[in-house]
Amino acid sequence: MMVDVKFASLKSTKPHEYALRFLFGGIVTVTAGIIAKRFGPGIGGLFLAFPAIFPASATLIEDHEKQNKQEAGYDGTRRGRIAAGLDAAGTCLGAVALLLFAFVIYGLLPSQAPFLTLAAASLAWLTLSVLLWFLAKRI
Amino acid sequence: MTDLLLRFLIGGTVVSLFAILGDVLRPRSFAGLFGAAPSIALATLGLTIHHEGKLYAATEARSMIAGAIAMAVYAATISWVLIRYKPPAMAVTLALLPLWFGVSFGIWHLCLR
Repeated sequence: MMVDVKFASLKSTKPHEYALRFLFGGIVTVTAGIIAKRFGPGIGGLFLAFPAIFPASATLIEDHEKQNKQEAGYDGTRRGRIAAGLDAAGTCLGAVALLLFAFVIYGLLPSQAPFLTLAAASLAWLTLSVLLWFLAKRI
Repeated sequence: MTDLLLRFLIGGTVVSLFAILGDVLRPRSFAGLFGAAPSIALATLGLTIHHEGKLYAATEARSMIAGAIAMAVYAATISWVLIRYKPPAMAVTLALLPLWFGVSFGIWHLCLR
């Protein structure tokens, strides 16, 4: 199965849905900072992998898929929920790669330049998550 | 206050950008990878390094390992429940949030404290 880019799907996202994700992202980032200040980096660090906008994203996927099916004359409820479930399966693989991201930061940051460390960790996350996805597709 | 506002703006922007990537990519399972993109970490770590230093940020990254394991467990459970039982996505993602807290704090308490 090939990976595809569909820019047309951006039209189905309403302005308030973009605003909602921006708001959630901002709030969770601020909260992570406040928790780290109050309880220390040990607890604060947990929230760097908090599923910040996952509930909002899963709901959007369910709604959009349902809407598409309804426009084609079907109910779409089941299809919408399965689509959200498939998205969550991908998120699980991305989270495994997020482990590598954290390991790279933890291992390299004390001795290397911050920008290089963040870039290396991001590249490691992207590479492993895509690799895991292709492996999962083959199994 | 300026720091909090900056965090909010950077966090909102980075999370939104990864979410848009997830919107345009297909198939769904591939787009889902970006649901676990290191968006909050990228938004936060730069500021943390600037204000608190590299060792402080590295300590946060060490705990992030527990958070990432919890995220994988949370997402896998949601995927299974949604595909198997097909409940509303909002209900199941919110109802299972305590699972993320339990796993992440459990690992931190047992292995990283």
